[in-house]
Amino acid sequence: MTADAQTYVLRATRPRTPRQRLGTALWFVAVLLISLTTVFPLVWTIVTSLKPEGEILTSSLRIWPDAPTLGNYVRAWTTVPFGRYFFNSTFLAVAGVVLNIFFGSLAGYAFARLRFRGKRVLFGGLLSSLMIPGIVTMVPTFLVLRRFPFAGGNDLFGDGGTGFINSYWAVILPGAAGAFAVFFMRQFFASMPEELAEAARIDGASEFRIFAQIYMPLASAGAAVLGILTFQAGWNSFMWPLIVLSDRSMLTVQVGLAAFKSEHTTDYGPLMAGTVIVSLPVLLIFVLAQRYIIEGVAHIGSK
Amino acid sequence: MTTVQPTVVSAEAVDVATRGGAGTARRRPRGSRPFRSPQAQELWGWTFVAVPMLLFLTFVIIPVVMAVVLSFTDYAVIGDPEWVGVENYRRILDDPIFWLALRNTVIYTVMFVPLGVLVALGTALLLNRSSRVVNLFRTLFYIPVVASTVATATIWYWLLNPQSGLFNIVLGWFGIDGPAWLYDSKWAMTAIVLMSVWSGFGTNMLIYLGGLQGIPRELYEAVRIDGANAWQSLRHITLPGLSRTTFLISTLLIIGAFQVFDQAYLLTKGGPGNSTLTVVYYIYNQGFGGLKMGYASALSFVLFLIIAVFSILNFRLTSRRQS
Repeated sequence: MTADAQTYVLRATRPRTPRQRLGTALWFVAVLLISLTTVFPLVWTIVTSLKPEGEILTSSLRIWPDAPTLGNYVRAWTTVPFGRYFFNSTFLAVAGVVLNIFFGSLAGYAFARLRFRGKRVLFGGLLSSLMIPGIVTMVPTFLVLRRFPFAGGNDLFGDGGTGFINSYWAVILPGAAGAFAVFFMRQFFASMPEELAEAARIDGASEFRIFAQIYMPLASAGAAVLGILTFQAGWNSFMWPLIVLSDRSMLTVQVGLAAFKSEHTTDYGPLMAGTVIVSLPVLLIFVLAQRYIIEGVAHIGSK
Repeated sequence: MTTVQPTVVSAEAVDVATRGGAGTARRRPRGSRPFRSPQAQELWGWTFVAVPMLLFLTFVIIPVVMAVVLSFTDYAVIGDPEWVGVENYRRILDDPIFWLALRNTVIYTVMFVPLGVLVALGTALLLNRSSRVVNLFRTLFYIPVVASTVATATIWYWLLNPQSGLFNIVLGWFGIDGPAWLYDSKWAMTAIVLMSVWSGFGTNMLIYLGGLQGIPRELYEAVRIDGANAWQSLRHITLPGLSRTTFLISTLLIIGAFQVFDQAYLLTKGGPGNSTLTVVYYIYNQGFGGLKMGYASALSFVLFLIIAVFSILNFRLTSRRQS
């Protein structure tokens, strides 16, 4: 950061040729045009969501509605039980965050800092599973959940009921300790000094206490990034909830919005309102924590 | 609370260390030794990984094994599975819809992967300068990634509206009569590719920016002294320096592209005229629509093999460029 600032200062004080100035101007034109393509569709969505029905198709390009209205939001909210879907999505995303941080940290810590037999084989297996395309395990995972013994009316052999299908567990369990979370947290713990643990061990602290009270606080920034990324992924996930949660009252906001879209194909106003409603939580988190998110993603790439 | 505790522990440890052997022996809780035995760590290690590993076994290892077995059966959820040998795989070869879906998926991949790499690389190169406004544009470029596929698809569904959509309005300014996009079997897949690139390039752009930071400045200085222009330093320094990053990104894009589902399901439902039916969409229809779990598993394995072949080809291509 300071190095960047220095070069910036150096560059600013250097006398500039007309050619350099032209280059900077062209650069600004380019980045502004790209920003327009990434941001304008979202602005347009919000504007459309505030337009009354008559204005949407006739003056679709107008940047501000003649008679702005919240009617589309009311219609979207009343035709679709978004309140219920919001609860479902929030519950599933938060459960995913809590469990992935907890189990990811525990296992990541063990793989990074503890010595135990079978560690390398287990970690290798976990890591190579990242390369298996999700589609391979999709059908069998559905069956594992459906035929889970003693779940959802099932007997010991998984017969008789529907198992975990149409329950929160169907989304929570398969994603509770993602290989990615373990790998991500391991990277943080691996870079920490060993002396802290040695000192605490001499003092007789248990391994769990060493983990929870010494190393975990040091990894809290990493855990926060993992938490944000997990929340976004959980909130935005579509295909798996679509498969395992078909009961009307169990739908997530994404699946609910998709169903709304296929039932109201030309109601652009309520559709855009629904899109804004569904995107609000992740957009809000992004605005608040964008530095962490961007650095977190860049961090993943460097591994 | 947890942030205060560790200092207490280490303060105790320091205290213990300075007071020496006799003092520590008295103060230590019964049963523990200064250096924990390997057996104790072994037990703790297993305790820490127990639940994650149990979940890994249940939802990764067992499903992978099940997928192999299922692909040789005619399992249909209701009733018992019957062993049918390689019948499912033989049927795939004669299944015209599978071939159509594979063709569509390959078309998608061939358009999406190079475009995805180019846009990510281009935007990263554009933002790879030291200036404070860069951070602002980096955030603006990244925004589409934040929205879900469902939200993105809904927005694009509106953008691509043949009459009032932004796409055709802007094309109209240049005198171009835009196609009906999602309602035109010739253009629907292109629209899906454009949407996928738009919504996903931000992540890869950040990864490329990370890669660009790793190229030593001296290399650029050296070729500039040799009289190289911008294009030459890009070709001889930047691109070779990014080859590992390019390999990572292209591999991720290939694996993702062959499994494309959300976009096609949301924008076109596979239409018009099956022109956007992808392999994963077909697997979804077979497995969860038709409950043909055995056939769907066989299809998944065939797709897995195809992905593996393309990933290896990509590896060969990238590593040759490197040498």
